[in-house]
Amino acid sequence: MTNFANPTRRGLLMAGGAGLLTAALPGYVGAQAAPIKIGFQLHRTGIGASYGRWYERTAQAALKLINEGGGINGRPVEILFEDDATDPKRGSEVVDKLTQSDGCDVVMGTLFSHVVIGSAPRAGELKVPYLVCSEGYHVASGMLNRWTLQPGITDVRSQISSMAPWVSGNLGKKVTMIFPDFAFGHDHRDFFTAAMAAQGGEVIAQIAIPPTETSFTRYFPQIPAETEVLYHVMVGPAVLTFVKELGEFYGSGAKPQIFGFIDSLEAVDTATPGLEFLEGTHFWEAHNRVKPADAGEHEGHYREAVGVDDNGASISDAADVATYSHMFSTWETLFAIKAGMEAAGYAGPADRQKFVEAMEAMTDLPYGIERPQGAKVFNGKTHQVFGTQNISQVQGGKLVRVHSTKLEDGLYPDAVDYTTMSF
Amino acid sequence: MKVWLLHLVLIAALFAAQFLLSPYHATNLARIMVLAVFAMGYNLAFGYTGLLSLGHALLFAAGMYAAGLSAQILGLTAGPALILGILGGGLLAAAVGLLALRTAGVSFMIVTLMFAQAGYLTILYFGATTGGDEGFTLPAASRSIAGFDLSTDTPRFLAALALFGAGLLASLAIVRSPFGRTMVAIRENEERSRMLGYNPFAIKLAALVISGLYVGAAGAAYALLFGYAGASFATIQYSILPMLYVLLGGAGTTLGPFLGAALMFALIEAASGLTSAYLFFVGAALVALVLFAPKGILGTIRERWVKWLP
Repeated sequence: MTNFANPTRRGLLMAGGAGLLTAALPGYVGAQAAPIKIGFQLHRTGIGASYGRWYERTAQAALKLINEGGGINGRPVEILFEDDATDPKRGSEVVDKLTQSDGCDVVMGTLFSHVVIGSAPRAGELKVPYLVCSEGYHVASGMLNRWTLQPGITDVRSQISSMAPWVSGNLGKKVTMIFPDFAFGHDHRDFFTAAMAAQGGEVIAQIAIPPTETSFTRYFPQIPAETEVLYHVMVGPAVLTFVKELGEFYGSGAKPQIFGFIDSLEAVDTATPGLEFLEGTHFWEAHNRVKPADAGEHEGHYREAVGVDDNGASISDAADVATYSHMFSTWETLFAIKAGMEAAGYAGPADRQKFVEAMEAMTDLPYGIERPQGAKVFNGKTHQVFGTQNISQVQGGKLVRVHSTKLEDGLYPDAVDYTTMSF
Repeated sequence: MKVWLLHLVLIAALFAAQFLLSPYHATNLARIMVLAVFAMGYNLAFGYTGLLSLGHALLFAAGMYAAGLSAQILGLTAGPALILGILGGGLLAAAVGLLALRTAGVSFMIVTLMFAQAGYLTILYFGATTGGDEGFTLPAASRSIAGFDLSTDTPRFLAALALFGAGLLASLAIVRSPFGRTMVAIRENEERSRMLGYNPFAIKLAALVISGLYVGAAGAAYALLFGYAGASFATIQYSILPMLYVLLGGAGTTLGPFLGAALMFALIEAASGLTSAYLFFVGAALVALVLFAPKGILGTIRERWVKWLP
């Protein structure tokens, strides 16, 4: 039996130790505040897998930085990745799983538009903020709902429209377009044709490539001889075949000016044998793969954090070229979530609506480590962010920036006001 | 009697499940029931009539777009849109069947695959209307039936259960009817059934149309219950899925499609929680199935233990 009147030395030590432990407990509990959980629909398999790999790396790098800076509202942040198989059916199920089963506070959506459009209705039903990085015009067009926002990447309508002034002023007025014959290609066809007309230029031929095509040689003779600029954009597994066959078609002979969207070569090394003909041609890039000489102060830190060298390839494997023009969107979206949650004083799922309202109230998003691609303006009515774009030229097998657009070049009239919709 | 009882007990158990399961699992069960209707339709063609089709995604998409577009363009609500979806699946099955049933076996498989691919490309070609590969979300106003909002949990679950229950009982009635027997007779020996005076072409066409009605209903329901229609549902993957469900659960068994759809869903759900290589588990399960239970789970159970299983 313990004798309380005559404590032993061991007893006192134990009591003191217990007291110290108890005193330390509140601090320990405080440091272990429940993390904010961010669900992430990831293209880990399916047609978007090459993007998914880099989106995951970029998101992990941003997460590390956010947690090193104290997390969000003093709470650590956690990302739960779940493969959506680049499929809308699975995408919708994943939104469900991340929200209802894993208890995520918000869900991030990735690149492919059909996955985003297929998932957004479920996010709206669950009343969970769904922050997408798909560049699609479907957010700003008003097709989706109040819970879906795109704060990390300019949409394709804006990207395309902002290219026309420079193309018509520097490359030529008569344009032939080659694009995939599905929605993504149709956006390019419609928005660029309209933007060129506004600049006094003209799209003289539109060559739509069926999505199942694996060889493109038979389409190239349709390019009119008077073409001054050839505009190309392709996606999917056949992109390399496409650009190689385009090179074989022109050989070393005369060719029009060639302007492409980097989507045609995303994750592909521009110095790949067979792509020599791209020397001197131009590309749209949202974020320059090759670090520009006059890059902003945060560019180096961003590259270091995501593990990309100055040529846009993985630090550990020079052959592993990043999807550099798109992946910044996950980084910037995570920082937008942080800003939105801090503005809303977000404490838990009950504050989801306050978070969306705080996001809608955002406007100027200045350049910084949170936005290494560049300053942006968020339009709370259309739930869409707008930023600057770049045009690069292939010089010595590398993409060298020759022009940056102004933010205003990509603005267009609002098609929707989500803030008037109910939650 | 015990056969009907078994099916009614399953429907009653599913009804009760909504009170026992979390909202997350109940929503997944609603998905599984709609996919099971898809698989039941496939089973009537493949499992009972021996029509190995690789084109059922076309019929699923026919139902999905008939319902989705009529909701979006004409502003129809879920009830009429569902009926159009069912008819869409049946009509397209009749059109495909009239041509494809001139072939058999591997040729039938390839011809149906080509029809489905043509359907997929047609959806992309008319992208201005169909939304192409991106698809479109269904207007909220169209997602209601008799005043119930199908975008909320309970009405959605009950609508899926009603469709599944009706489909299951109808499929049981069909396979136990004289017509169902002739479907099986044709699967087992087409020449012999012809010799007995049956018209295999007419019976196969009828079976394919019934299959199309089921699959069209599933496509329409998927769009109306989950709010999205898109071309990805017309890809080859969605022709293979019902085949896998049926093979896993047991081809030529009435409950096999539901069991297969549920197990495949659960397998992906469980494996994706454990590893990013979850497709490996799906593949391993299918290899194991081929090796140890080539007749599927219920097919094997029927063969070895429960002979009366329909």
